[in-house]
Amino acid sequence: MRAALFVTCVNDALYPRTGIAVVRLLERLGVDVDFPAAQSCCGQPQYNTGYRRESEPLLRRTAEAFAGYPYVVTPSGSCAAMVRAHYPRIARLAEQEGRGSGLAALTGDLVPRVHELTEFLVDVLGVTDVGAYFPHTVTYHPSCHGLRGLGLGDRPRRLLAAVKGLDLVELPGAEECCGFGGTFAVKNPDVSAAMGTDKIDSAVGTGADVLCGADNSCLAHLGGILRRRGEAMRALHLAEILASTEEEPLR
Amino acid sequence: MTGTFMGMPAFPEAAREAVGDGALRANLRRATHTIRDKRARAVAELADWDRLRAAGKAVKDHTLRHLDRYLLRLEESVTAAGGTVHWAADADEANRIVTGLVLATGHREVVKVKSMATQEIGLNEALEAAGIAAYETDLAELIVQLGHDRPSHILVPAIHRNRAEIRDIFEAEMGSWGLPAPDGLGDDPRELAEAARLHLREKFLRAKVGVCGANFMVAETGTMVVFESEGNGRMCLTLPETLISVVGIEKVVPTFRDLEIFLQTLPRSSTAERMNPYTTMWTGLGPSRGADGDGPSAFHLVLLDNGRTDTLADAVGRQALRCIRCSACLNVCPVYERAGGHAYGSVYPGPIGAILSPQLRGTGSEIDASLPYASTLCGACYEVCPVAIDIPEVLVHLRERVAQGGPVTREGIRVRIRPAHGHTAERAAMRAARLLLDHPGALRAGERLLARARRLRPRRLPGPGRAWTDTRDLPEPPPQPFRDWWARERGGRA
Ligand code: SF4
Repeated sequence: MRAALFVTCVNDALYPRTGIAVVRLLERLGVDVDFPAAQSCCGQPQYNTGYRRESEPLLRRTAEAFAGYPYVVTPSGSCAAMVRAHYPRIARLAEQEGRGSGLAALTGDLVPRVHELTEFLVDVLGVTDVGAYFPHTVTYHPSCHGLRGLGLGDRPRRLLAAVKGLDLVELPGAEECCGFGGTFAVKNPDVSAAMGTDKIDSAVGTGADVLCGADNSCLAHLGGILRRRGEAMRALHLAEILASTEEEPLR
Repeated sequence: MTGTFMGMPAFPEAAREAVGDGALRANLRRATHTIRDKRARAVAELADWDRLRAAGKAVKDHTLRHLDRYLLRLEESVTAAGGTVHWAADADEANRIVTGLVLATGHREVVKVKSMATQEIGLNEALEAAGIAAYETDLAELIVQLGHDRPSHILVPAIHRNRAEIRDIFEAEMGSWGLPAPDGLGDDPRELAEAARLHLREKFLRAKVGVCGANFMVAETGTMVVFESEGNGRMCLTLPETLISVVGIEKVVPTFRDLEIFLQTLPRSSTAERMNPYTTMWTGLGPSRGADGDGPSAFHLVLLDNGRTDTLADAVGRQALRCIRCSACLNVCPVYERAGGHAYGSVYPGPIGAILSPQLRGTGSEIDASLPYASTLCGACYEVCPVAIDIPEVLVHLRERVAQGGPVTREGIRVRIRPAHGHTAERAAMRAARLLLDHPGALRAGERLLARARRLRPRRLPGPGRAWTDTRDLPEPPPQPFRDWWARERGGRA
């Protein structure tokens, strides 16, 4: 099976380890992974901040970069939700306002082929036990866009529960937003920090040594608070845990 | 809307104080979490919740699409039942109408209940200016009024107050408004409620004019409906000689049967009750027409527009007019929980306030331009809304209006507004980011530069980035971007 990796701009620039983990994990599961170099960003920062028109070239770029791949896999619920929930609307409005030139057809073709990582594993590959090994206590934070935007449900937790050696502990108030929210984190810094701090308090309270998520944007915010407070807990992307094996354990 | 909230600072500054107030945050957290858990249980009891939600949305959408027709029908029905209908285009006109009606009765006191619309237009202040005293009779509203305060929640306007504060307010203020608080008043909820009851009873028995709002207006029968928990509303609606209802035009529903939906969804969403304790309905003057002291002998309905038809003209934003003011979205909102209701600068706080106020008032003021950004777009509000208002969608739509300007309808006229002030730097940054992201070569060079400068990673950033580094560390830039790893490790194959 052939799949293209949509690594996302945040992962490309700041969290390459996540992208590397996805490649190793999917290859281990027999997927032929490709990385179209023309990709960059899904356009979410622009769109969500009110710059819809600025996002249009990025929609086009993304759709063109992944044209022809039967599966496009991304380790970000937020970017997957951007494509699935918002591309159709942006393309429709662009057509209405006379800037479309085929954008609706181009993105419409992309939408059904985009899968968030845990969806791809569970729904497309049909696996929950990916043969991973990670001997740590882990608590999982479901990001809002994955939780409500995509309806990932318990897929991530089922994948984690099947990891050998991993002890999964429930995060109290898991479904509450962590306060990142894209530009919200800098536009409303006090509220954002208060939300993140509460989230970290509950995470640390579980006694886990790893806070796992499936969106590095939220983890950048939460991990930043952990580091500033000097906590021993680490923030880690789900893909890195799933990529870890007995032969090649995650450091 | 009223001038009360004008000149408010933008949301981020207004929220800062509440975020730093530990006691307030604890009050809000306890209150909102309790009610949201109860709501979830009450909703889960109904197997057909999703269908009720869809039905409520459909009825509201249909009514809004034919609003002119249903409002005229309502006017006919109310008039036929002995009431008088007045149309108010804005706050000033509505205040003028109500003040004139009260003055004409010769009385200088009114009792009030259940009306956000009158708070929206600042009616109490207008009445006061005309020498008329208005007494709020909803318990929480009474606390807000006695405390010279502003409401901070749709359903529990005094949610930001604790028992001890309420006791102090009653003790210090009741005397100057009417019956004073009993001696040695404690802060037990029952004692507080009893003090309020005595204070209010005197008001009810004395007042000749009542002012109220309504949850629904039925076009077909001219019936007005109020849902409440305390029974004070019923006193307010039946004891005075003259009853004046001030209601937003979006509150109309076509038929009596439509109430069936909202009688189920509103109480469960708002107070987590299967049914609200008091549902009062009145149709004009009723058959007795106030004879023998049975109900008011004069009924006036003031239909308030105040930005609503302008909102209706916006295809995306108009869904905000479906709102039935249940407050479920406030109670699940993590931003409301930290920022408190006052930060929203309006009688409509929380997620619904963030989309309603900038539409009713326009995005001209600092506070209104900042409200669409007072959300992380987490979607919890949309999930609980009993009429399925896609609040995140409207927020993004309004952000676009603030950041890029565009067409809006103001006082019935289609105009194109310019971007709000203060977005120049952001616009430039978004554009620069887009240009970079649209040129992978440049992006790659930028990423490498970042990797090379990783040892220079500052603990504090200048400019807007400081908002990040004040409380959080920056992520450590990696030695190389993903695309370089790919080119080196797998590139030969691609
Ligand atoms: S927007 Fe929806 S959830 Fe919020 S108050 Fe209105 S009806 Fe209730």
